[in-house]
Amino acid sequence: MNDPQNPKAKEPPSTDVPVEEAVAERARAAGVATQGLDWRNVILVPTLALLAGLFVGALVMVFSDPDTLRSWASLGRNPGKALSDSWTLVYEAYSALFKGSLGSPRAISETIVSATPLIFAGLAVALAFKAGLFNIGAEGQLLVGAMTSVYAGFTFDFLPGPVHVTAALIAGFLGGALWGFIPGFLKARTGAHEVIVTIMLNYIGLLFVNFLLKSEIFIRSGRTDPITKPVAESAKLPPLLGAEYRVNAGFLVALAVAGAIWWLLFRSTVGFRFRTVGTNPNAALYAGMSVGGTYILAMVLSGGLAGLAGASQLLGVQYSVFPGFSSGYGFDAIALALLGRTHPGGVVMAALLFGVLRSGATGMQAATSIPVDIIVVIQALVIVFMAAPELVRQIFRIRADKQAEQDTLSASWAT
Amino acid sequence: MRNRGMKPWLIAMFLVLAMFAAACAEESTDGEDTGDDTGTEEEALPGEGMTACQVTDTGGIDDKSFNQTAYAGLEQAQEELGVEAKFLESSTPNDFEPNINAFIEQGCDIIITVGFLLGDATAAAAEANPDQKFAIVDVDFFDFEKGEDVVYDNAKELTFQTDQAAFLAGYVAAGMSETGKIGTYGGINIPPVSIFMNGWLAGANYWNETKGAAVEVLGWDGKDGLFTGDFEDQDKGRNTTESLLDEGADVILPVAGPVGLGSAAALQDAGEGSLVWVDTDGCVSVEEYCDLFLTSVMKNMNIAVYDAIASVVDGSFEGGLYSGTLENGGVGIAPFNEFDSQIDDTIKTEVEELQQKIISGEIVVADYL
Repeated sequence: MNDPQNPKAKEPPSTDVPVEEAVAERARAAGVATQGLDWRNVILVPTLALLAGLFVGALVMVFSDPDTLRSWASLGRNPGKALSDSWTLVYEAYSALFKGSLGSPRAISETIVSATPLIFAGLAVALAFKAGLFNIGAEGQLLVGAMTSVYAGFTFDFLPGPVHVTAALIAGFLGGALWGFIPGFLKARTGAHEVIVTIMLNYIGLLFVNFLLKSEIFIRSGRTDPITKPVAESAKLPPLLGAEYRVNAGFLVALAVAGAIWWLLFRSTVGFRFRTVGTNPNAALYAGMSVGGTYILAMVLSGGLAGLAGASQLLGVQYSVFPGFSSGYGFDAIALALLGRTHPGGVVMAALLFGVLRSGATGMQAATSIPVDIIVVIQALVIVFMAAPELVRQIFRIRADKQAEQDTLSASWAT
Repeated sequence: MRNRGMKPWLIAMFLVLAMFAAACAEESTDGEDTGDDTGTEEEALPGEGMTACQVTDTGGIDDKSFNQTAYAGLEQAQEELGVEAKFLESSTPNDFEPNINAFIEQGCDIIITVGFLLGDATAAAAEANPDQKFAIVDVDFFDFEKGEDVVYDNAKELTFQTDQAAFLAGYVAAGMSETGKIGTYGGINIPPVSIFMNGWLAGANYWNETKGAAVEVLGWDGKDGLFTGDFEDQDKGRNTTESLLDEGADVILPVAGPVGLGSAAALQDAGEGSLVWVDTDGCVSVEEYCDLFLTSVMKNMNIAVYDAIASVVDGSFEGGLYSGTLENGGVGIAPFNEFDSQIDDTIKTEVEELQQKIISGEIVVADYL
């Protein structure tokens, strides 16, 4: 009776879809009953959003390049030149982008290095999403986590190598978890909206870290500018492909953590509680779950994951904290979680994609002198298309037969 | 059914794409032809086929100040020696290492890293790649743990005694101040920034000592002072300048690259006070604010960078320290430009004399801090 070609399918499911089907749909949307992935929504829409982003990005490139614009100005006399110039520009830029991110061992190593903190931070935001919380505070949690991690990294140098790294990672987790606990606690106890609190805590975290950077405990000897002491040799995450490549064990930790989060969300009681509270806190309360406790736990875990992002970047790549340490991973993470459909696997894929864009941007600028900022534009465009999946469907003429992502995301936005 | 649903504009889009492809096939050969014509006319220059690559500090290649001055050296080398000039902008400190590595991979003949904050990344890269030549601006490699100087055979350290030139500017500013207060602020409290402020303070102190005056310097006490925290945010430069103006300073030295443009905007709005620009002659790099610039403390990175590239081209490159001074023209003070008529001739001659005294070593800037 529910003809897939039926144009009425776009209307709310309650009107002409049987009740049990609608329930199953909602459950699927929240991932409660199944963690089943509808490939259309999980793979197709993000891929098309990426293509659309790259296309509009290409237009921006063409219309911001003075030489190409000049050939467009003389379009009437030589229409072929305008098009071929534009094509050459875009083709060179994008081939340099992909060569710079996947074209050599070093390029792949750099891509993974850029992706690693994004995986952690993306998981942080995605986990909170699942519990119906919108954690904008990953940036602040990441910085605080980096600070606690660097402290463990240069003080506990009596520990043997593997123990020291683990201790420094745990310290990072705890630092971030503390910064996540505050909004979780405030929401559970007072109802303070986590969006407002986490945004404000970003500022507090950033300025507090900047203050600590100049303090006696952290500042590097011989320096007057804010930069911490480097972590001890034993606290560094070991390189995976030898010292000449920067890719390090942090990536493996990130993958393992992604797996653990998947298990936690979809195979454990705690995860079931998260998802239930995220879908409908009132129902969860009626079912006897502690909604406030779930909020606190979700924010603590989410903050801890963001703290791990800072710790992995610190112990694997930078070795000390300084102003500008994060370069906005915590904010990219929000986009990533959307792009990855708040699923751990999706987040890993999305983080790798952003890693490709980030590391490829360097190669693109070196080869074509197109500013790296264009990558930020493309990232933002992908997000815009992702946030409006209906737009992508309209452009590419895909029928909307699932309400899945709107439900998940709007549920998160609304709480 | 699906095909029928396609809108006409979608078909149009595919047509445009098809034209793109077709046009590409036809026109690409034309483009190469014209390229060849211009290429063969020029005589072969000594640096033909070589590349010089600059990694910028945050702030961007067109910052009207620091990065741009260094890049002017590359552009000059491109014009006069025929080397190919390339650059990579670092938008955050996380970009330093990947940018350097990208250039190593591209096989640059010399990589010029611009800025103190790139010191660690450059030292690591120079050590790991002994065959790759580097030049770094504003860093004298030093091992703080062992307390000894470090020299790499493949890295030229380009440093500048800007306090000598800032001393002259501070002296003039103290002489020109009507309120008896001059101000300064920096981007980040790192040696290549604070050395400007030291010179500025010392110059004012010298004025006070010789003239029995009591000109006060706001924003720097010889150890700490006013810093905006980065080399990008012009708004912070504006705020800082406004508070310096509120406290009565009427000549201000911003040592923060493009952040100083915020000062210029603040002064223009306030309609009072003047600025001393840094790194390059402000009347050349930011012409529109020329009427605000009393003078500029020039740090001629372009000359040092050009010389480093030239030494690679003629094969005489060697690592170690270069120090730009008033004596070798590595630093200097710009003309007074639009303020020229307002400055007493006595001050002008005194500045000339001071310059000679600093060069001869009769005056040591650090003595007046």
